[in-house]
Amino acid sequence: MIPEKLAEIIDDFSSITDRGERAEYLIEIADRFPAVKVPPEVAAPPYDEACRVPACESEAFVWAVEQPDNTLKYYFDVLNPQGLSAMAMSVILDETCSGQPLEQVAAIPTEIVLQIFGREISMGKGQGLMGIVSMVQREAKKRLSGA
Amino acid sequence: MSDITSRGYANPDILVSTDWVAQHLDDPNIRIVESNEDPLLYPSGHIPGAVQVDWTTDLNDPLRRDYLDKAGFEALMSRIGVTNETTVVFYGDKNNWWATYAMWVFQLFGHNRVKIMDGGRLKWEQEGRPFTRDVPQYPPAAYQAPERDDRAIRAFRDQVLKHIESRKPLVDVRSPDEYTGKKLHMEGYPQEGALRGGHIPGAKNVPWARAVNTTDGTFKTADELRAIYEQEQGLKPEDDIIAYCRIGERSSHTWFVLKYLLGYPNVRNYDGSWTEWGNSVGVPIEK
Repeated sequence: MIPEKLAEIIDDFSSITDRGERAEYLIEIADRFPAVKVPPEVAAPPYDEACRVPACESEAFVWAVEQPDNTLKYYFDVLNPQGLSAMAMSVILDETCSGQPLEQVAAIPTEIVLQIFGREISMGKGQGLMGIVSMVQREAKKRLSGA
Repeated sequence: MSDITSRGYANPDILVSTDWVAQHLDDPNIRIVESNEDPLLYPSGHIPGAVQVDWTTDLNDPLRRDYLDKAGFEALMSRIGVTNETTVVFYGDKNNWWATYAMWVFQLFGHNRVKIMDGGRLKWEQEGRPFTRDVPQYPPAAYQAPERDDRAIRAFRDQVLKHIESRKPLVDVRSPDEYTGKKLHMEGYPQEGALRGGHIPGAKNVPWARAVNTTDGTFKTADELRAIYEQEQGLKPEDDIIAYCRIGERSSHTWFVLKYLLGYPNVRNYDGSWTEWGNSVGVPIEK
């Protein structure tokens, strides 16, 4: 089971068949990126390389901060100012996974990238976005295993 | 002397500046084409009058792993209003990486009236030039393409095998971690699309983006490029060279640099690249 809000947004995207409409929706989401960008009290450049998303050409970074209720608050940065897809992915993951049960976040499959961005996305782009999902998922798994 | 012509390139006319593009926005003989790594960029805003050519949906065969055919290319050119006489100016994100890829595919059909906008989308944006979300519609153009001719600038796996046997040079333009195969074994990395890691034996590792200035995405000067490819890596202009990466996109950038900016006559792009080589049975691999 994945976080409810994430399931809802995937459902929203599944009803979109027009490529332009999908892009418009994702661009609107990417516009909210400043709200999920890592604040200086959590991390300041140059960032720890351990927080860098593997395989992401847009140079995305992910942080997870533990909350009193044992959930995680996620923060992101995307160094490439033209990395709109990475920004949109970051916003979706923050809005749907921060504060959610770790078991659900750990269960997110990377294939959600294809459901959200469409199956025609290029292999490299898809891998970079899946890398962001993997980082979010991995942080949840780490806490669950006590690592 | 413009900045581009002062850089010592073998074919300076292959590049145009952002100023030049700004002066030709309404030129009916010019079609500006944006081609990006990030599919959201064009719909978020593009150079006024520019059309989009998407690598995945426009340039690939929808079924086989191959590029579009003559009929597909003619249909694409018609859709974007390009005739055989139109000069196509490509630009895009990521230091024009996908712009050079699109240009390479256009050249498989012999469309040689092509240019790259130096600095790409990044420089246009840095200079505060206009972007629009209006998608232009051009009257369908009549375009007659020849059959696609892969021989001069495209390499296939069996040709690469012979290339290795002849000890001819290859350039692997991926990151050092991909070149050494380390990336395939790093925890948390998504599937790299290949079962084996490493590189084609004898290939030199020159990450593609070394050819550009990171501040504004423009190409380095010919002297700076020669310092990398010739003095450092030992390539010679008369060499028969094959460049590759993972699927041939980044290596098209290096192909462009070697062929046009340095003027090497024999450079091919192996678009099968590591996703073919790293999955092939029995081919030699080095780490």
